[in-house]
Amino acid sequence: MDFSYSDEQRMLKDMVDRLVADQYTFEARESIRTSEAGFSAEVWQQFAELGLLGVPFSEAAGGFDGGGAELMVVSEGFGRGLVLEPYLSTVVLCGSLIDRLADETRRAELAEGIIGGETRYALASHEPDGGYDPHWVRTTARAEGDGFVLDGHKAVVVHGDSADRVIVIARSSGEIDSAEGLSAFIVEADADGVHRRGYETIDGHRAAEITLEAVHVDADALLGEVGGAGDALESALERGVVALCAEAAGAMEIACDLTLDYLKERKQFGVPIGSFQALQHRMVDMRMALEKVRSLTFWAACSLESDPAERRQRIAAAKVMVGKAGRLVAEEAIQLFGGMGMMEESAIAHYAKRIVMIDHYLGDRTWHMAALRETLTDTARAA
Amino acid sequence: MDIEYNAEERAFRDEVRAFLRDNLPADVAEKVKQYKRLTPEEMVHWHRVLGEKGWLAMHWPEEYGGPGWSPVQKHIFEEEAAEAGSPRLLPFGINMVAPVIIKFGTQAQKDYYLPRILRTDDWWAQGYSEPGAGSDLASLKTRAERQGDHYIVNGQKTWTTLGQHANMIFCLVRTDPTVKKQEGISFLLIDMNSPGVTVRPLITLDGEREVNEVFFDDVKVPVDNLVGEENKGWTCAKYLLTFERTGIAGVGISKAALAHLKTIARETVVRGTPLIEQPAFAERLAELEVELMAVEMTNLRVVAAAEAGGVPGAESSFLKIMGTEVRQKISDLYREAAGPYALPFIDESEPAVGPEFANVAAPTYFNLRKLSIFGGSNEIQKNIISKAILGL
Repeated sequence: MDFSYSDEQRMLKDMVDRLVADQYTFEARESIRTSEAGFSAEVWQQFAELGLLGVPFSEAAGGFDGGGAELMVVSEGFGRGLVLEPYLSTVVLCGSLIDRLADETRRAELAEGIIGGETRYALASHEPDGGYDPHWVRTTARAEGDGFVLDGHKAVVVHGDSADRVIVIARSSGEIDSAEGLSAFIVEADADGVHRRGYETIDGHRAAEITLEAVHVDADALLGEVGGAGDALESALERGVVALCAEAAGAMEIACDLTLDYLKERKQFGVPIGSFQALQHRMVDMRMALEKVRSLTFWAACSLESDPAERRQRIAAAKVMVGKAGRLVAEEAIQLFGGMGMMEESAIAHYAKRIVMIDHYLGDRTWHMAALRETLTDTARAA
Repeated sequence: MDIEYNAEERAFRDEVRAFLRDNLPADVAEKVKQYKRLTPEEMVHWHRVLGEKGWLAMHWPEEYGGPGWSPVQKHIFEEEAAEAGSPRLLPFGINMVAPVIIKFGTQAQKDYYLPRILRTDDWWAQGYSEPGAGSDLASLKTRAERQGDHYIVNGQKTWTTLGQHANMIFCLVRTDPTVKKQEGISFLLIDMNSPGVTVRPLITLDGEREVNEVFFDDVKVPVDNLVGEENKGWTCAKYLLTFERTGIAGVGISKAALAHLKTIARETVVRGTPLIEQPAFAERLAELEVELMAVEMTNLRVVAAAEAGGVPGAESSFLKIMGTEVRQKISDLYREAAGPYALPFIDESEPAVGPEFANVAAPTYFNLRKLSIFGGSNEIQKNIISKAILGL
């Protein structure tokens, strides 16, 4: 058993931490957040130059060949700075789909575009009445001539407003909630029939509603086989969940640090409020919540290649804990800061918003609890 | 023992319901129920409707224009009004400065201010908290120095709710910095249009302008605007903190919020099934129902004790904690109900993204974090309970 980072992982962590410390002071983040695009193209280029955009890709494809641990290291660092660039969408989610589904030539070509920072992607999977279910797909893909025609509506496509390309999950066959019959298509964001309504999210990111009206794509837009995207989609979303959990851990760490500093600085009744035992214990509860998230994130990140039952259980457990412990940390941080915790000008408010809202990406606590209940039934049956 | 209202109380409830049905603008009630922003005009209008009916100042003695209601009647009115979606009354004039004027003010102050409050001629704000004086309110620093028949006020107040609309503010100011901190404080009424008063917005994490900072720079305030004796302002402040707090639990507001959440849960269909039929969600709704029932009956017990002549003291601290916690939990489940559509941060003037209710859910959840912070934080309430009820 070894919980320490390898030399390479340590270097990666140092690099991300340095980058975040240099580029993502709260003031810098505020100016990026309120800019037209909502992220910084310059920072994105820096990610490319430092090789961060290639972390999950194979060395053959020009990447770093990183696994769960590397994904965790990078995402945790981003969480500390509340980084806004579309890393989750482009590299983690779409990168993973491309890696799993595209043939060798196509994979190399598409990976190159991502790794070099030239092309940004968004994953259009979930739909308006499907909640957090990635298989609830009404969007249709119909073969026509040499290509396909896509029709449908995709909900809250994270970074879908600025992406150059969108990977659309569409149904070629199967029941409405079935993983069977799902196909993945690369669609140019400015293609005819693609309509985007972009907006800000409450935690400072950007997203879009995307409707596809008779969107014609060529045969090579299809990633993998017709109807064969189900497993790759599951794998991509699992990586996404691990990234979100690690990001939450990073953000929770800073929320705890900021609150602890405040408890030491803020004086009422002539003493620092941190001298009150009632508040000391609450700070301890926050730290324990952080440790639980760290532990389960670690476990999930190291289980990405485990057998399906174990993997699903650990990833769901981590996201459930983020929903639960994250809410505790965010709410307590605001409470201990008092009115200052509610101010848009306070960094802590932005950490609290991101931590709470991470529950609303790729399945909330209730959604993942349902997955855990299923694994429970399976285990009971096996026993 | 009888936990039901008697015939007279039921008749009163029917009267209140009929009045609300006939006088509460439907569009305003709808906005309130959906957590939408009201305009200052809509708020003032409702105050005036109640003022004309004689129901605005329900805690005032009858001789000053109160309706002469019993504690149970007040409770019924508050609950019915909240459930119907009435705008929340601005407490600063009617329930905060007025009781202090009635108890400590001069005849001239009563004659001038009380009718103006009943007619909603002024919009009052509260000048208590300062950047360095929150829970430790008595450490406030805003200074008022006597010069002839004026005070010259210098300093800063903060968290001034809706101060951007106010023309009058009641302030705790320091008139004697040489004595123990509670003993050098005075209660002063300040015209916000006086030269030297500056109001600066504070934007909260949900993007709203609900609170402000108020700066005083050599503001001249007539000595006539002092309420009570000089250096006895802490007595006024303490009186205010214990004044009529049976409504503090906000049970009616929570009931309306829970009813709204149930409507949403029936109407929102996810993966082919309404939320209310999804066991995990239904269970959480039911849990909230249980919590709220407990708060409701606790509140009624305090009201009944008041009806029998008891003065609610530290019990109101129980009610504040329980009531605000349940309101926050309801907003948490509301956010959950919105699912991924809790994410879009859309101005009310823009068309909604996803279901109509969803975009307000997260801002409301974050906004309501204030409930456990303001009005004496829940930690301060627990200190009061420890001391006053438990004797610890």
